[in-house]
Amino acid sequence: MSFSNIDAFAAPPLWRNGPSPGAFYNFPNMQSKTSGFVEHSQSPVTTATSIVALTFKNGVIIAGDLLGSYGSLARFRNCPRILKINDNIILGAGGDYGDYQYVKDLIEQKIIDEECLDDGFNLKPKSLQCWLTRIMYNRRSRFDPFWNNFVVGGLQDGVPYLATVDKLGTAYEDKAICTGYGTHLALPIIRDTLQKNPNLSEEEARALVVKCMEVLFYRDAHSYPKYQIGVVTEAGVKIEGLVDVNQKWDLAHMIH
Amino acid sequence: MSSIGTGYDLSASQFSPDGRVFQVEYAVKAVENSGTVIGLKGKDGVVFAVEKLVTSKLYEAGANRRVFTIDKHVGMAVCGLIADARQIVDVARREAANYRSQYGVSIPLKYLNDRVSMYMHAYTLYSAVRPYGCSVILSSYDLTDGPSMYLIDPSGVSYGYHGCAVGKAKQSAKTEIEKLKLTNMSTRDLVKEAAKIIYLVHDELKDKNFELELSWVCEETQGRHERVPDNVFVEAEKCAKQAMEADSDSDTEDM
Repeated sequence: MSFSNIDAFAAPPLWRNGPSPGAFYNFPNMQSKTSGFVEHSQSPVTTATSIVALTFKNGVIIAGDLLGSYGSLARFRNCPRILKINDNIILGAGGDYGDYQYVKDLIEQKIIDEECLDDGFNLKPKSLQCWLTRIMYNRRSRFDPFWNNFVVGGLQDGVPYLATVDKLGTAYEDKAICTGYGTHLALPIIRDTLQKNPNLSEEEARALVVKCMEVLFYRDAHSYPKYQIGVVTEAGVKIEGLVDVNQKWDLAHMIH
Repeated sequence: MSSIGTGYDLSASQFSPDGRVFQVEYAVKAVENSGTVIGLKGKDGVVFAVEKLVTSKLYEAGANRRVFTIDKHVGMAVCGLIADARQIVDVARREAANYRSQYGVSIPLKYLNDRVSMYMHAYTLYSAVRPYGCSVILSSYDLTDGPSMYLIDPSGVSYGYHGCAVGKAKQSAKTEIEKLKLTNMSTRDLVKEAAKIIYLVHDELKDKNFELELSWVCEETQGRHERVPDNVFVEAEKCAKQAMEADSDSDTEDM
């Protein structure tokens, strides 16, 4: 028995051991569980759809559209999610947009912390990826995951590097990575192209990404015809804002 | 210090009868034993120069640095006990990160100065702790508000400055700084002047070796605090050494 939480100077409650508001009856020695449990995120809210990414001969390219959806409602039309981390790394994010913005703040502070060390080293993509897996895995182990897919691209000591981590902390590297619907719709196209020509130039890679974004726009109901492309090469990072899908609807009347 | 040893200097939480807090004054003494640190604020940026005394030849070059980056846009030069100073650096970094996480923008130097000086001041109030044995200079350059610089004492007092100096040779350094027309000077010129002053006030006889540290936060770096680039550093150091030689030549002529 603990008396520590009883305030000796406070007046006793006027009514005890009877029904409390909202409860029919409190049985003696039974505590009603109305608090003390924690609710975790079970589903995302504002979501962004696929990320398309691949490595080419001397760099990495990542694309993602600008839509933030509420379920199937196209709610927000300007949600950029291709992020420049430093001159060597870019990041693409899918899934819950709020979670992405939160993690983005974490990453940006991390970059500042690294710069403050002033030891002449820059964060490399592999290290950022590893750090992100720790964040994601930690959150999923607390049953409260960040509802995101992250794709990290960059140059690891001059070599193109591309890797991903999802909300469960599952992480892998690959030459081509797509998330969400892109896994089903864009990745086969990219793999097919890479099989025929494993050493794409930047132009070829860009054309391939444009093609994938076009396919995704036609086939993925939660996509949007405006997107961003981020490219990282030896020359640095460039993020092209607002690329438009070249839409053609003249075939539409033939489809029933 | 006539009241030394009269029992009022044992605690930071007690005044002496003539209204002084001796523990704080001793902390200031600790700062005065340290290598000279100067900060110069010009028209488009702030420059730090540090005379880092090297007490042993066995140390690696570049060890125990006295200029720190607090946030992208904020620099801190420290003078006094380096271990104490590092704690202040850590606190300043945490405050800057905290402000950024709450407001989504970089902390204005005015607020960072407030927070760090309040923190240092808190250590002059209690008998269980001792004041920090260091003074720190904070600098920043804002693209709209221009440059700013603050010096914080062990007492927690801080002022904004155009030019400031702390450490061993602060008096002669201040005299030199007063000769400059700081508000009209570009950061590039300030770097040279700062290096000159450090070389000038360095006491060859008492302290043999020192390393010069130079950093700036200015328009040229887009408001980022950085160590000055190697070529600028080399030029400034060369300039300073030449000035010293010219100085000693004229001295011998006088005799």
